[in-house]
Amino acid sequence: MAHINEAPILHKGVAVNDAAASGITSRDIRLSAANLSIAFIAIMVGGIAGLLQGLVRSGFLELPSWISYYALLTAHGVMFILVLTSFFSIGYLYAGTSRVLGGLADKTIAFGWAGFALMSVGTVMAAFFILTGNANVLYTFYTPMQAHPWFYVGLALIVVGILLNCVGMFITYQSWRKRNPGKLTPLFAFFANAVFVLWVFASLFIAVFVVGMVIPWAFGWVPTIDPMMGRTLFWAFGHTLVNIWMLTAISAWYVSMPKIIGGKVFSDSLARVAVVILVVANVPGGFHHQILDPGLSVELKFLHVIQTFMIIFPSLMTAFAMLATMERAGRAKGVRSLLGWWKTLPWSDARFFALIVAMFAFIPAGLGGIINASNQINQVVHNSIWVTGHLHLTVGTTVMLTFFGISYWLIPYLSGRRMTQTINRLAVIQTIVWAGGMLLMSGAMHINGLLGSPRRTANTTYNGSSAAADWAMYETLMAMGGVILVIGMALLLYIWAQLAFFAPKGDADFPIGEDYSPSDASPLFMDRWSIWVALATVSIAIAYVIPLIDFASGTNPGSPPFLMP
Amino acid sequence: MHIHRYEKLWLIIGSIILFIFLGIVAVQTFFLDMGPPSHAEMIDPQSVRESEIFADPELKEIGDNEYEIAIIAEMFTFQPGDLEIPAGATVHFTLASPDVTHGFKITDTNVNVMVVPGHISKVSHTFDEPGEYLILCNEYCGLGHEFMANTITVK
Amino acid sequence: MKNAPRDTNKNRNHTDSAETSLKGTFTSVLIIAVFMLISWFSVFILFLERN
Repeated sequence: MAHINEAPILHKGVAVNDAAASGITSRDIRLSAANLSIAFIAIMVGGIAGLLQGLVRSGFLELPSWISYYALLTAHGVMFILVLTSFFSIGYLYAGTSRVLGGLADKTIAFGWAGFALMSVGTVMAAFFILTGNANVLYTFYTPMQAHPWFYVGLALIVVGILLNCVGMFITYQSWRKRNPGKLTPLFAFFANAVFVLWVFASLFIAVFVVGMVIPWAFGWVPTIDPMMGRTLFWAFGHTLVNIWMLTAISAWYVSMPKIIGGKVFSDSLARVAVVILVVANVPGGFHHQILDPGLSVELKFLHVIQTFMIIFPSLMTAFAMLATMERAGRAKGVRSLLGWWKTLPWSDARFFALIVAMFAFIPAGLGGIINASNQINQVVHNSIWVTGHLHLTVGTTVMLTFFGISYWLIPYLSGRRMTQTINRLAVIQTIVWAGGMLLMSGAMHINGLLGSPRRTANTTYNGSSAAADWAMYETLMAMGGVILVIGMALLLYIWAQLAFFAPKGDADFPIGEDYSPSDASPLFMDRWSIWVALATVSIAIAYVIPLIDFASGTNPGSPPFLMP
Repeated sequence: MHIHRYEKLWLIIGSIILFIFLGIVAVQTFFLDMGPPSHAEMIDPQSVRESEIFADPELKEIGDNEYEIAIIAEMFTFQPGDLEIPAGATVHFTLASPDVTHGFKITDTNVNVMVVPGHISKVSHTFDEPGEYLILCNEYCGLGHEFMANTITVK
Repeated sequence: MKNAPRDTNKNRNHTDSAETSLKGTFTSVLIIAVFMLISWFSVFILFLERN
């Protein structure tokens, strides 16, 4: 815990004024804290829905007639995937950006609060229609299933709110660049800006879909909708969202982890290259969710598979950079043996421990992702509960544990308190409990998926089918994992409450790592986002122009709505 | 921008592995005809039941131990119901949905395809091993989704 | 200009000493590569068996 109270190190000697670097203004704190508190509520609602599902699917629990398994599934998905991740990312990225750029711009605060308000209203609306059973459409809301029209308005408000937050981030980022000509933005701000650029891409697709197609259809203004168009636009959003969380999570790995372990950023310039590749190559990755769809040619699908594989490359870079950061930190402490540096890492520091466990989880998560994207191999796993297991390794473990780790410095940083030994120990236990629960649940899901068990399906024996009988044992393991995870959730909420309101006063820092070789800085054009946005647009065009024109000009008469329930 | 020697080596090794994966799936897809089901034909979802293909859904023998069947995937059943075929039979499935999106999965096989309204899906499989195979819908299609299943008995 | 060759030399030495210290990282990523091959080919074999 010794590193927490060290004097803040200015990022690469860039002129950030000291007052801003050591603290954060109270108006910036309020905005971040507001976003984090919604994330807190979303964890509770989504987590309870998740537990109930696990118990229902494994046959331990029968739900009362007023709520269905699928309503819980929808709540779990929307709360975790859309609400929790968005609010947490915004709270974290805004606070970190304020820290490295010396405060948020006035307009950013205004856009931030406007975005927060819209997202909150949208969340409450969506949650209301889900929990009252008027939106049993799951978080993917594949048309022509139809929910209550105002459910979609709620979703649209969340998306518009996110877009306002994007504008807010761009204002602060660009105003810093204007005030610091000839200087490279700090690495953390670069990450934050990249996340919000991806958010713009993701939001545009979903906005066209929800506002342009679904809402007019749900209110009955147009009679039919094209489901294939919907799937394509949804996954352009959905998969980009995945990498929005990943990029948010790895910003902490790249920028904060080195500082926490007493090392330095392995390579600032290579980190930026990884970020840029992720931003440029990202969106077409969504197509690997449609490998088994009709209406897309084999050649087109293979092009999409290649484009999806491009997103793997920056993860190879990340794996190397993280390990190299840790090895160099160990070597600096005098370790000479090949792998002895693993032992010198601060395993008992919860901030590091949560991050390193998240990184370990990313290995099977990433490998599973390669399998999913491998064209016809996808037939083995598509829509099986393997995919659910994969999602719980990527978001549920890698991203969530990183977010938990972040919260162990972010909340004290915002609340002006410090993490005591006791809370730190509790947080280490929380990490073990969470990772253990996920390992059990997601491991069982992976095996069951290979055996053929489908995802998103309530408890059923399929008329006593012998194939389905083999799945029951793993469903029990999944439920056990779910119970362990709820214990982990309770621990987390307790820790968060302690850090926010009850821990002793202190001056916890937001750890920002220093670059190993400042002489090897990136060229200034890396900060010119117009280049990356243009390249990303080209990569999107390569993937999407043919299928979208094909769907739009096709003879599909469209589908009328089927109300759920 | 300096790239460490080992990092270069690692990125090359990693990329080679990815190219091997891509190469294997490419050979299977383009030379062995093992690509994912990607049928292009379209159909009006509201007239699936009356259409020529789906009006008369039954197993038809079209060759030596080769069969063809048109299946309607609808909330919450596959029409017609359970099937029975001889071992070693190759079956060509043609699928469409008159309502929402469904999934068509046969356990212990690679048969796994989306049935999206407006599109006709096609998938084939040779059933060498005798036994009972479960057909199930693996895309959430509404509150009775978990009941959407049939069997194929291979004798 | 006179200093240029010496600078290059110094840079070289600097990177060389850095190069030698990442053997552990390289070993670790190779272990990941092995997992990558094992996991992919396991599912690939399952795919072939079910075809």
